[in-house]
Amino acid sequence: MCEPDKPVVQLQGITKRFPGVLANDQVDFDLYPGEIHALLGENGAGKSTLMKILYGFYRADAGTIRVNGKLAHIRSPRDARLLGIGMVFQGFTLIPAMTVAENVALFMAELPPVLRRKDLHRSITQASERYGLALNPGALVWQLSIGEQQRVELLKLLLAGARVLIFDEPTKVLVPHEVAALFHVFQSLKADGYSLIFITHKLREALTCADRITVMRQGRVVGTVRPQEVREETLLQMMFGERLAEISAKEKRKPGDPILELQGVWTKPVGTAPGLQNINLTVHAGEIVGVAGVSGNGQRELGDAILGLIRIVRGKKIFRGEDATRWPPRRLIQSGVAFVPEDPLSMAVVPWFSVLENLALLDLRGFSRFGGLGLDWRRVREFLNLGFSKLGLETVPERVRAANLSGGNLQRFTLVRELSRPYHLVVGLYPTRGLDVRSANAVRQAFLAAREEGKGVLLISEDLNELFALCDRIVVMLKGQIVGEFRPEEADLTEVGRVMTGAGVVHAP
Amino acid sequence: MLLSGWRARIAWPLLRLLLTVVIILGVFGVVLWALGKDPLKAYRDTFRLNILNPRGLSEVVVRMAPLLLTALGVAIPFRAGLINVGAEGQFMMGALLGTWAALNLPGLPAGLHLSLVILAGMLGGAAWAAIPGLLRALGWVNETITTLLLNYLAPLVVGYFVFGPWRAPELAMYPQTPELPPSARFPTLFGTRLHLGFFLGLFFLLGYAYLISRSRWGLELRAVGGNPEAARRLGLPVERWLVLAMVIGGALAGLAGIAEVAAIHGRLKMAISPGYGFMGFLVNWLAFANPFGILLMAFLIAFIASSGFTLQITQRLPYAAVNVLMALILFTVLAKPLGKGVKG
Repeated sequence: MCEPDKPVVQLQGITKRFPGVLANDQVDFDLYPGEIHALLGENGAGKSTLMKILYGFYRADAGTIRVNGKLAHIRSPRDARLLGIGMVFQGFTLIPAMTVAENVALFMAELPPVLRRKDLHRSITQASERYGLALNPGALVWQLSIGEQQRVELLKLLLAGARVLIFDEPTKVLVPHEVAALFHVFQSLKADGYSLIFITHKLREALTCADRITVMRQGRVVGTVRPQEVREETLLQMMFGERLAEISAKEKRKPGDPILELQGVWTKPVGTAPGLQNINLTVHAGEIVGVAGVSGNGQRELGDAILGLIRIVRGKKIFRGEDATRWPPRRLIQSGVAFVPEDPLSMAVVPWFSVLENLALLDLRGFSRFGGLGLDWRRVREFLNLGFSKLGLETVPERVRAANLSGGNLQRFTLVRELSRPYHLVVGLYPTRGLDVRSANAVRQAFLAAREEGKGVLLISEDLNELFALCDRIVVMLKGQIVGEFRPEEADLTEVGRVMTGAGVVHAP
Repeated sequence: MLLSGWRARIAWPLLRLLLTVVIILGVFGVVLWALGKDPLKAYRDTFRLNILNPRGLSEVVVRMAPLLLTALGVAIPFRAGLINVGAEGQFMMGALLGTWAALNLPGLPAGLHLSLVILAGMLGGAAWAAIPGLLRALGWVNETITTLLLNYLAPLVVGYFVFGPWRAPELAMYPQTPELPPSARFPTLFGTRLHLGFFLGLFFLLGYAYLISRSRWGLELRAVGGNPEAARRLGLPVERWLVLAMVIGGALAGLAGIAEVAAIHGRLKMAISPGYGFMGFLVNWLAFANPFGILLMAFLIAFIASSGFTLQITQRLPYAAVNVLMALILFTVLAKPLGKGVKG
C-alpha cells in the first residue's frame, strides 16, 4: 500500500474562514500508517472543521491535501471514501428502523441489486469478532445502545474499505467502561495497520491512547508532541494559552449585597444533558462571576434555571432577597434579570421581525397604545437610540430584519435591548461565541460597565482568557456540578483547565 | 409588516395568483379538449355565467362567506406557527352547536336569538379546536395530526344528532333536523342568497388585517410563531398563545359552519359542507396568511367551485372533471417556493 515512513494523509496550509471566524489558519497536519493521532483542543479550536475538510464535508479556502503522497481533490465525503477515508461523526448517520447489516450495506460503495444476506452477515460477524465490536448483524439499530451504534458506524467504515478512520469526539457519548472498550478497539485497529485520528478535548484520553498529539487553539496548530515526552501542564498550556494581559485594569472592590443566590439547586436531566446537581452559587452586586467548563456540562441548564425556563426540582433561588424559585420568566425579566445569549438569532429575536419590532417584544405592554390596539413605535425608537448612546455602542439600522444583521450587529442590538433598561442581574450564555474580536470586546466592555454600575453579572463562557480577564470569581462546572472555585488572581489557567477536563477536583480556597 | 414594501405585499402575490390561474386554465383546457369540448367556449360560458351575470356573481360571493371564515380559521393559527388542518371539523361542530342554540332557545327576540346562535356556533368550533391546541401546548401531540383526525370525528358526532335525537319527525326519510325558526336565520340581501355571514367574514378579515399587523397581540402571536425559543426567553406566554390561536381560528371556522346552516340550508344535515374547511386551508396556503391574499383567493376558489357546477350543466361534463379541476388547483398551490416563512 504505502511505505511505513511516508504519511498516509498530509494536510498543508489548510485555511478555512466562516463568516466572522477564522476556523482554520494555515494548519499543517499529518498522519502515518498504523498511528493513532489525537487532535486536542477546546471547543471551537477548529479540530472538527479541519477533519470535515479532510472528509470533504467542507472545502478549504486554501491549502492542499495529500493522500498516500498524491495530491487529492476531495470535494465530497464520497471522494474521501473512495480514497479510503472514513469518519465517525458525533451525531450518528444510521437508519434506526433497519438492521445492522442493512445499515452497513447501504454504505458500501457498490450496493448489489440483491443483497447476499448470508455473505454480508458473515463478513460483519468476522470484522466484529476481529476487532471486538460484539455486534449482531441482524439486530435493529434503534434497539442498540449508543456505544453499540457507534461501533456500527465504525463497522460501516471498515467494510466499506476505509483505511483512515476519523473519530469526532467519540467518547463524548460514552460511559467510562465503553470508553475503555473503544480504546481497546483502537489498539487492535492500529495493529492491523489502520490509521486513526481521534478528536477530543479531554487531555487524559489523548495521553492514554494516542501515539502523537496535535494541539489546536483558535484555528491554529500549537504543536505536535508525543505523550511520553510531555507533561500535562505543558499540554494544558498549549490548549488554553498563556494568560492574556487583562483586557482592562479592573479595580478591586468589595462586592455588594447578594443579588442572586442558588441554594442546593437541582434540575432534571434531559436526554444526555446532565441536570444541575446541588448547585450553590451567589452573585453579588458589582461582581462578575464566571462559569467555566467544557460545554455540555450543565452551563446552559444553569442559565435556564436562573432565567426560570426550566424547573428547579429541589433547592431555592433567591433574587434580591425574595424567593424566586417558582417565578415565571416574565416576572424575572420584569424584576430585572437580563440575558445575553450565544446565538441571538435563534435565542433572542424573531428573524423576520425588524430591529424595532424585536425591541418592542421586550415590553409589549409598556409600548402599547389604546390598551394594545396599537404600539407606540416612536417610543420604541427613542428607547433604541437612547440605549445605543447609553451603552456607547454603534447603532444598527432599525428597519432591517434581524435575520439580515451580522452577528456582531445583532449582539449589539441584544445588549441594548437587555442592558439599557433598569436591571439588577445579567446572565451571559457564551455571549462572545462566534463574534469577531471587536464585537466580542463590545460585549465584554458592556459586562464590565454593568459591574461598575453595581449590577450582578454571571458570565458563562468557554474562553478561559475571557473569564480570567473579566471575572472576580470563577466556578468550574463538570457534569452538572460545581467542581471548583477560583479567584483569577490566585489561580492559573492550567489549574482551571485541569479541573474543567475532569483531571482533578479542586475546592474553594 | 413594517418592512414589506408594495412589492412583497401586493406585486408578488398578484403575480403568483396570475400564474396559478394561467396554469390551471391551461392544463384544464387540455383536459376539456381531450374530452372533446371546446375549452375557449367552456371558459367563456363559465365567465359569462359566474361573473357577468349578477345572479351568478352573487352565488360566487355566497360561497366566499364560508371560505373567508375558514381561511381565517387556518391563518390565525398559522401565524402562531400552527398548521390547522381541522377547519372542516370545526366547521361541522360550529354548525352543530349553533343549530342546538337555534332549536332550543325559542321565544327570544330575533336579534338576541340570532346573536346567541352565532356565539354558540363560534363556541362549537372553538371548543373543537381547543383540543388540539391544548394537546400541542402541553407538548403531547402535534396539532396537524390531531386536527386532521378530529375532521373524521366531527361528522360522526353531527351524524349522531342528525340521524338520532334531532331528526325532524315530519321528514323522517331524510336525516336532517327540523327547520330553524325564523329568529335564528341569517338575514339575506337584495333577494339573493347573499347573507350576513359574508359581511361577518369581511368584518373579521379586516379585524385580522389590522390586529395581526398593528396590535400588541398580533406582534406577540407572530413572535410565538416566528421564534418560539426567543418568545419563551422574552417571557411571552407561548403555550397560552398556542391554545388561543387555535381557539380563535376554530371559532371562525365554527361561525362559517353555523352560517351555512342558518343562511343557506335552513336546517342541519350531513351535506352542509362541500369541503369548505379544506378549501379554506387551500385559500390560506395560497394567500400565505396575507389578508388581501385571503380575500382574492377566497374569491378565486369560490369562483372555481361555482364554475364546476356551471361546467357540469353547460358542457355536460362528468362530475369527475370537476374533481380534476380541484386537483389541479391543489397541485399548483403546492408548487410554492419552499423555505420562505410567513412574512412579518
